[in-house]
Amino acid sequence: MNNKKKICPSVLPATIAACMIAMSSGSIAADSDPIKVGVMLPFSGVYAGLGESTRNGLKQALKEKGNTIAGRAVEFIEMDTEAKPARAPEITSSLVDNQKADFVIGPVHSGVAMGMIKTIKGKDSIMIIPNAGANAATGAFCQPNVFRTSFSSWQTAFPMGKEAYDMGYKKIVTMSWNYGFGKESLEAFNESFTKAGGEVIKEMLVPFPKTEFQSYLTEIASIKPDAVFVFFAGGGAVKFVKDYDAMGLKGKIPLLGSGFLTEGTTTAQGPAAEGVITTLHYADALDIPKNKSFRQDYEALYGKPADLFAVQGYDAGQLIVDAVTATNGNTADKAALIQQMGKLEIDSPRGAFHFSKAHNPIQTIYLRKVVDGQNTVVKTSYAGLEDPARGCKL
Amino acid sequence: MDTSLFLVQLLNGVQYGLLLFLIASGLTLVFGVMGILNLAHGSMYMIGAYLAYYFTTLTDSFLLAFIISGAIALVIGIIIERCLIIHLYKRDHLDQVLLTVGLIFIFNATQSFVWGNDPLGVEVPEILSGSIGLTDIIEYPVYRLFISLLCLVVAATMYFTINKTRLGMMIRAGESDRAMVENLGVDISKLFTIVFAIGVFLASLAGIVSAPIVSLVPGMGEHVLISCFVVVVIGGLGSIKGAFIAALIVGIVDTYASVLLPQVSSMSIYLLMALILLAKPQGLFKN
Repeated sequence: MNNKKKICPSVLPATIAACMIAMSSGSIAADSDPIKVGVMLPFSGVYAGLGESTRNGLKQALKEKGNTIAGRAVEFIEMDTEAKPARAPEITSSLVDNQKADFVIGPVHSGVAMGMIKTIKGKDSIMIIPNAGANAATGAFCQPNVFRTSFSSWQTAFPMGKEAYDMGYKKIVTMSWNYGFGKESLEAFNESFTKAGGEVIKEMLVPFPKTEFQSYLTEIASIKPDAVFVFFAGGGAVKFVKDYDAMGLKGKIPLLGSGFLTEGTTTAQGPAAEGVITTLHYADALDIPKNKSFRQDYEALYGKPADLFAVQGYDAGQLIVDAVTATNGNTADKAALIQQMGKLEIDSPRGAFHFSKAHNPIQTIYLRKVVDGQNTVVKTSYAGLEDPARGCKL
Repeated sequence: MDTSLFLVQLLNGVQYGLLLFLIASGLTLVFGVMGILNLAHGSMYMIGAYLAYYFTTLTDSFLLAFIISGAIALVIGIIIERCLIIHLYKRDHLDQVLLTVGLIFIFNATQSFVWGNDPLGVEVPEILSGSIGLTDIIEYPVYRLFISLLCLVVAATMYFTINKTRLGMMIRAGESDRAMVENLGVDISKLFTIVFAIGVFLASLAGIVSAPIVSLVPGMGEHVLISCFVVVVIGGLGSIKGAFIAALIVGIVDTYASVLLPQVSSMSIYLLMALILLAKPQGLFKN
């Protein structure tokens, strides 16, 4: 009885004080509304795997901060683009105009990206591209409210030109599909290879998405170049590398490529991929602490190894976290957010990077070689490579 | 283009053409005998490839996978015919399109669900994995020569069956006049089941045998279906002889166009089709 009487006086005021604090912190924070993050990725169709990896990475970055930034919860609004450019304007508009999303993360496919940029231009929302590599997105069509945490196609092919020349190859045949990404990659390679003193003796453009390569490989064999540089991705990359080997070319004419030739395809390519050399801004086996811890956490969360797309999605998430933290939770002033984002350094599993004026990562490109079915890092090919952002007025 | 290069490209074209024939023959056979245009034909090619992948991974033997996948494809063909196609015989072409396109969606969704969307590959079986040196630098994969040989065997078997056996006689009769064949007491429903199963089996066989040299991706069926249609239209809908010749022409034209006329190579086979149809609107061999 006496004990209770002694406790009550101290407990009661403490409880009341706690309640007051709890109630007041609820009303002091100006935005206790959630931060709205629209997610526009392909969750069905050929690119579904990439969409899923990107989303996993994005959510992992937010999960690490307990899904709250500066006391505000994060709300995801996911929409399936099916990688169809025609759907981009309507979905973007739905997220930006109807849902009032603060950020829109997407897309995977460059065609969709162009539609998104056109729609989000000048609107009160910030777009973060976690994959689409079209040069124009941070080039001719760059926008103040568009950022990219992936790459420009130029960045993934440019360093290989000088590498190829340094490896002793003077006359090279290039090959790719006849579409945006392919042509941009070949152009970038051509730029640096020619500058170093090499000569691209033939450029072969294969109609997209044709994967019947026999005639082209026969042509290459008859030309007998010092090496071959190609851009192919996904199923086409699998077939090309296998066909190249089956035609007996692999041992005789070295095969070089932009990283996508061996990204996510080495298992399907099998022994044919051994020894293929590529340049890319990431490698699964990259031996830096941030990559190791990221990959460990990713696998624990999702039950499978992380890939390039997960890294890019993760960095998009980190960008949101760091930016909104820098503005103390204020997402209403987009200009302030953009200003902060422009100054941030992202601690990425690929190595730290910051953004160019055109909002593309200034990042390190690695030279990789497939050994035992894995892309190992041979060396750093180009540290701090900045995309020239041709045509960008930022 | 020097002689040896010309000849190797010719080999490429013939090899590609023979594979196209294997894929297209089933489509034209089914249409010729049954009047059914099976748009899910490409899907059967895809199913053959994925079954080959599945069983090769399971049993580590391509030969075993080949046999099992082929058997399953036959069974699938019989089931589809007995349960679904049977309802189309008295209906018009639009209903055929609706049903078979519906099948495409179902097969695609199943493939995506079971095997996912990442590209998959099958290794060429050990004994066929060598290459034959053709010139000092060009080697030709033995496996592709094997495929061509297989296609020729299939073509010869089809020719023999259709022209020299009783079944073939019924097929030819059914192609000419279905109603009359029925009146003459031939069990037309059994004939149709057999023909459809064979047609579908041929598509799957093409898929199985192609598995080691293509990459297995979602949508691979539709991609192949388009080339199939070009071959079948040029050859004449329903004519197997036409499909054979058209396939070789398409294979050769596509191969040479890709290196000699790269700017138009994406259109070359469609231009070819348009030109042939101008001269012969029913295709090369009218049924």
